[in-house]
Amino acid sequence: MSPEAVLLKPKLSPTEHGARLFFLACAVVALGQMFLIMLFLFKESLGLFTSGTSLKEFFFSVNWYPTYDSPEFGSLALVVGSLTVTFFSTVLAAPIGLSLAVFLACLAGRTTREWVKPAVEMMAGIPSVVLGFVGLVVVAPLMQDILDIPTGLNVLNASVILALMAVPSIASLGEDALSAVPGEIQDASYALGATKWETIWRITVPAAMSGLSTAVILGLGRALGETLVVLMVAGGAAQIPHSIFDSVRPLTATLAAEMGETAIDSPHYHALFALGTILFLLTLAFNLLAYWLGRYWRRR
Amino acid sequence: MFLSGVTLADRQKREFLALSLIKILGLSFLFVMGTLVIYLIYQGAGIISWDFLTQFPRDSMTAGGIWPAVVGTFGLAVGSMFVSLPLGFGAAVYLAEYARPGPLLTVIRLGVNNLAGVPSVVFGLFGLAIFVGFLGFGRSLLSGCLTLGILTLPTVTAAAEEALRQTPASFREAALALGANRWQAIRQVILPAALPGMLTGAILALGRAAGETAPVIFTASAAFTMANPESVFSEVMALPTHIFNLATNGTHIEATRPQQFGTCLVLMVLVLGLSLIAIILRARLRKGRKW
Amino acid sequence: MLKSGLALCLLLLISALGGEIWAEDLPRGETVRISGSTTLLPITQKAAEEFLKLHPQEDLTVSGTGSGEGLKSLIDRVVDLAGSSRDLKAAESRRAKEHAVMLVRHTVARDGLAVIVHPQNPVGKLTLEQLKGIYLGTIKNWSEVGGDDRVIVPINRDSSSGTFEMWIEIVLKGQRHRPDAQVQSSSGSVAYAVAGNRYAMGYVGLGFIGSGVKVLAIDGVKASYEAVLRGTYPIARDLYIFSRADSSAGAGRFLQFLLGPQGRALLGAEGFVPPAGAL
Repeated sequence: MSPEAVLLKPKLSPTEHGARLFFLACAVVALGQMFLIMLFLFKESLGLFTSGTSLKEFFFSVNWYPTYDSPEFGSLALVVGSLTVTFFSTVLAAPIGLSLAVFLACLAGRTTREWVKPAVEMMAGIPSVVLGFVGLVVVAPLMQDILDIPTGLNVLNASVILALMAVPSIASLGEDALSAVPGEIQDASYALGATKWETIWRITVPAAMSGLSTAVILGLGRALGETLVVLMVAGGAAQIPHSIFDSVRPLTATLAAEMGETAIDSPHYHALFALGTILFLLTLAFNLLAYWLGRYWRRR
Repeated sequence: MFLSGVTLADRQKREFLALSLIKILGLSFLFVMGTLVIYLIYQGAGIISWDFLTQFPRDSMTAGGIWPAVVGTFGLAVGSMFVSLPLGFGAAVYLAEYARPGPLLTVIRLGVNNLAGVPSVVFGLFGLAIFVGFLGFGRSLLSGCLTLGILTLPTVTAAAEEALRQTPASFREAALALGANRWQAIRQVILPAALPGMLTGAILALGRAAGETAPVIFTASAAFTMANPESVFSEVMALPTHIFNLATNGTHIEATRPQQFGTCLVLMVLVLGLSLIAIILRARLRKGRKW
Repeated sequence: MLKSGLALCLLLLISALGGEIWAEDLPRGETVRISGSTTLLPITQKAAEEFLKLHPQEDLTVSGTGSGEGLKSLIDRVVDLAGSSRDLKAAESRRAKEHAVMLVRHTVARDGLAVIVHPQNPVGKLTLEQLKGIYLGTIKNWSEVGGDDRVIVPINRDSSSGTFEMWIEIVLKGQRHRPDAQVQSSSGSVAYAVAGNRYAMGYVGLGFIGSGVKVLAIDGVKASYEAVLRGTYPIARDLYIFSRADSSAGAGRFLQFLLGPQGRALLGAEGFVPPAGAL
């Protein structure tokens, strides 16, 4: 027992005790939420595999035909769809977001930063349905006309819009990480005759690597879990894409489009929960990756 | 450290190129987003009027206003705070003031962080299964508030814990030294000091709840209703789902385009306004802080 | 101030918990909830508006969720009326029986699915067989059916819609559609997508034929009011509204309005055909 606890023990009044219990209950409920969600997802998913779909079919089949008389629930095309748009949006968003972070943290003047940083944070709050709407109404027709492709609702469009969503959060978190690097080691670099860019590239960025990698992965997680954008602009075709101009049907879009319209306790309902479980596990993996990468870079 | 054989001129050229690239990438993004916001304002401003905000939709949504969606979003966002604020603030107080470093704290913190990364559509699934189905609330304001409440809970908790941790340890120690017990110290010293910071997080959560779409589709939303909600068991319209419905499910997609842009603008002003308030509050807080 | 704040929080928690317990006792209100097929949405929405103008004391909510979900909600007593673009499935009848719910079917209208393309598409007619080939993926280019050398972009409705089910049944004869077909979530958005895409084709209810799209003749017949009414157009179906035998009185009054002369008058305006025997 810590000395502090010994000191406090005689003073434990009923209010003190009650308050402590209340706050503990809140924390338990907040955490219990997470287990409850996991429990429900797993429980509702299981029904799929007791109703005739094998694990192998669910994970490795590309055929998603949920409402046919002999339905098939293959999730592969949907998972690949999700990962594809996540990958391309990150390819777009990471360099832009990190550039913006470097710009704000290392290049911009004090006044510029004071105005631009809040603006970037506000951009992170633009509701996804608004950006999805822009993708649907503005970007898709433009893309179709300019590139003369069969459809503007495709991987590229979804990735661009998702990148617009991810950049502000990557930039904001990245800026925090870069700003936290102690000024002394940068001054030391200048003193050794390094240019500004050399200091940024070899001193500041490596020192902030932990925070920067977390920023990128959280941006990636956001793209993976984003629903409305992909529902509105990814085209909705449950196929493995062959080019960035093909349509896809990411997991989140499938859930949003079909969940409201299926009978509770039907195989389709359970299949959608199984998709939700995959999505949950994927985001969990990304979170753990962010945590692990952050620690890895800190240790270096 | 620097390669020999690379002249200063080369290094300066590289510096110029690299910094230019960074500036171009960063500024072009700001430019694109700025254009986008201006475009939405330009397209949406025309229809905005007092009537647009306060009237019911008419003629299959091609005329009239968005009043029920405004009411619905207000109800959902504010209602969800009744769930997430008490729970989130309570959990944060426990994490920051009571919990001792150890496995339990690590698990709770990891859990809360993880919840923050769980896609909103998964919360929607959960809300649909628990509140709409299992507890039998149906698609209703209540189900929507509960779902959005647990959705925003991690945000509220994390921000509140952060605010509590930023109050200096000396406050706590001084209170305890004066003979206060832990609860008195929290109530009379720590909470008042941390409250503005906690509220900043709450305002951001409010904005998030107002802008969420997928969970609301699952748990609360009607495409069209002619009345204000009578009880927490009423289905409600909401601004984000209204945009989504008009743009993709609507029967007159082209004819309702002005309504779509107008609703987008209203939603953006609402959500960005809230985050602006939070940002200003936070800035004043930092300036006014004496510790 | 803090004490009262905390008390407020507690009160709210208690009331939230209490809500769960009292939920069952609350009267479900006189609100008539209508859900179901998005195909029927233009009719029900318009009818609800007109109905409320005449009877301002009534209260209606209308949402479009797809036929399957609508019927499910009807059986679960979540809604009072459900629009459906198909008849009950065996599983649904069974479920209704299990829940001791008696469903009543009302034929509201007849609807045809028009096949639409971009106005600049030179193709003017297709056979049912060609349509099937296009949606199965054996026909991939407009040149194979007498058009330009362009890829065909077929657009499907989402898989839970009655429209999709009807298309699969009548055109694809139950076979699986090609996986790369686009998916749109409503007839309106199909029409919008086709109007903006020279490669695309789609299928929509008669109410959604606008100036921006061209209607193809199928097996020699163009989808139209008369062709569907006379039964010569091959891709046509009845549209229903289902009610429970014990649906509320308000639901009954709305149904009467919808099936009566005033409701019928609205059908034509929204592009639907009255059911056989109504004229």
